[in-house]
Amino acid sequence: MNRKRSERRFVFACLAPAVILMVLFIFIPTINVFRMSLYRMGGITNKQTFIGLENFKTLLGDKNFLQAMQNTILIIVLVMICTIILAVLFAALLNRGTFKGKNFFRVIFYIPNILSIVVIAGIFGAIYNPSTGLLNTFLKAIHLDGLARQWMAEPNIVIYSVIFALIWQAIGYYMVMYMASMAAIPPDYYEAASLDGATEIQMFFKITFPLIWSNIRTTLTFYIISTINLSFLFVQIMTNGGPNGNTEVALNYMYKQAYTNGSYGYGMAIGVVIFLFSFILAGIVNKITDREVYEF
Amino acid sequence: MEKINKHKKPSSYIYKLFIYVALLALAISIIIPVAWVFMASLKKNSEFIGGDVSPWALPKEFFVQNFVVAFRDANMGTFFLNSVIVTATALILLLLLALPASYALSRFNFRGKKILNIAFMAGLFVNISYIVVPIFLMLSDANKLLGVDFFLNNRFILALVYASSALPFTVYLLSGYFRTLPKGFEEAAYIDGCGYFKTMTKIMVPMAKPSIITVILFNFLSFWNEYIIAYTLMDGNDTLAMGLKNLMAVEKTATNYGIMYAGLVIVMLPTLILYIMVQKRLTEGMTLGGLKG
Repeated sequence: MNRKRSERRFVFACLAPAVILMVLFIFIPTINVFRMSLYRMGGITNKQTFIGLENFKTLLGDKNFLQAMQNTILIIVLVMICTIILAVLFAALLNRGTFKGKNFFRVIFYIPNILSIVVIAGIFGAIYNPSTGLLNTFLKAIHLDGLARQWMAEPNIVIYSVIFALIWQAIGYYMVMYMASMAAIPPDYYEAASLDGATEIQMFFKITFPLIWSNIRTTLTFYIISTINLSFLFVQIMTNGGPNGNTEVALNYMYKQAYTNGSYGYGMAIGVVIFLFSFILAGIVNKITDREVYEF
Repeated sequence: MEKINKHKKPSSYIYKLFIYVALLALAISIIIPVAWVFMASLKKNSEFIGGDVSPWALPKEFFVQNFVVAFRDANMGTFFLNSVIVTATALILLLLLALPASYALSRFNFRGKKILNIAFMAGLFVNISYIVVPIFLMLSDANKLLGVDFFLNNRFILALVYASSALPFTVYLLSGYFRTLPKGFEEAAYIDGCGYFKTMTKIMVPMAKPSIITVILFNFLSFWNEYIIAYTLMDGNDTLAMGLKNLMAVEKTATNYGIMYAGLVIVMLPTLILYIMVQKRLTEGMTLGGLKG
């Protein structure tokens, strides 16, 4: 009896600090996002007025918000497709190839993932600089001057510049993940296929890809959630939404409204919409990619 | 076997060439910009501006002055110290909070365990970018309520927020590991007269060392590199990453490129050194569970 009681006391002491902090810094703020979205909150006096769904109604007519959502969707789709193709390709090359320097490439490809977003933004600032940037001077050196652009200023290009940085950052991370699940495929599958005369490309589409499909499917949710977040961090430093809202993304618009403008209620309404949007999108993607899983 | 290989040769030669070109292209796109920043951090400002300067030229001399200016005049030295303090405090807090919690969650049966497990799992889905403004408001309200100027711009509070935000994933990772250990260890310890606390600190925690190292590595990188929480909560006691963000904005308009690139090097050098030392462990640890938001 006494032992039971001291056990309970021990478990409580172990869990209480962690649970309290998680409630304080994760759950209460999350609930506040939803609660505050129903209020109008003045900046200076901080007066709270309950206005129901008024913020959401304003949101539907807010051109800036709609543009930000459009940009976000474009970024998610392009980053997801390009990163999957490149990450799977490089994972397959490193996994199946028998050549020197495999480890070297793996180590190099993961580097963007350990750099701070601020550092990556700085690096791409150096690459995209119109007059002394690495990209434009390189294009000049190989006599392709015509391709040189104002990468961070031309309205129809700048969002692709940001997308390129996002993909550059993501490839290594997902590649390592796909490599891990490729390494689990039994080698005799490949041996059998190569005895039957299959080429590497056939083996990739008939063996590797179907067997890592369930892993790729899991990462689709990762792409949605992390691209929404990372596009905010990149945009906040690289362009802050400019020029003229061309690179505005949903979370950055939320941050601007809430933190910079002090319209907390309106900002949180934006947050709620993005949150629900990411959940619904993940659900839809999960549903349409649901197909028979091959196992080994 | 040999016959097949011979037969395949021409096409496999092209295939191999394709592999190398693809791999080298990506490797170059990563190495060149990073190496270039290191090179640029040693250039004089006159080597950046002007009609006939090429960004590809090597520095005329190693102009270390950039780093001196960045550390002293641009305050990067103070920010560096702040980052060290915040990162170290957050890591210690995280381990002190997460280890007992994951141990209790995975090795004991008690009422409410299921709910707590679900709560920690739910925490995994909350992205810090959504809740950073409510956290800011909560802390500033606490300041107003108590009439103090304590909760914002406080390195310890920032570390506490970092540690809390990393709790769900860390508990998920560590309790997963604790669950795999056999029950016999604790029973033997109890029979030898060890209490609950001693059993945990002397027997179970040391066994979780590999997982603990993974947790430290990942969270070191994420705390060191983090800037949006710091940017929102801090004003004056900047961390390195947010200091760099401000430095980049200032130096770009003042076109002091050398100092800006020196700042970039100061932020990324510690992470690069750590990565080179532990890269194997890091990429292996990553596959333990999908990480990063």
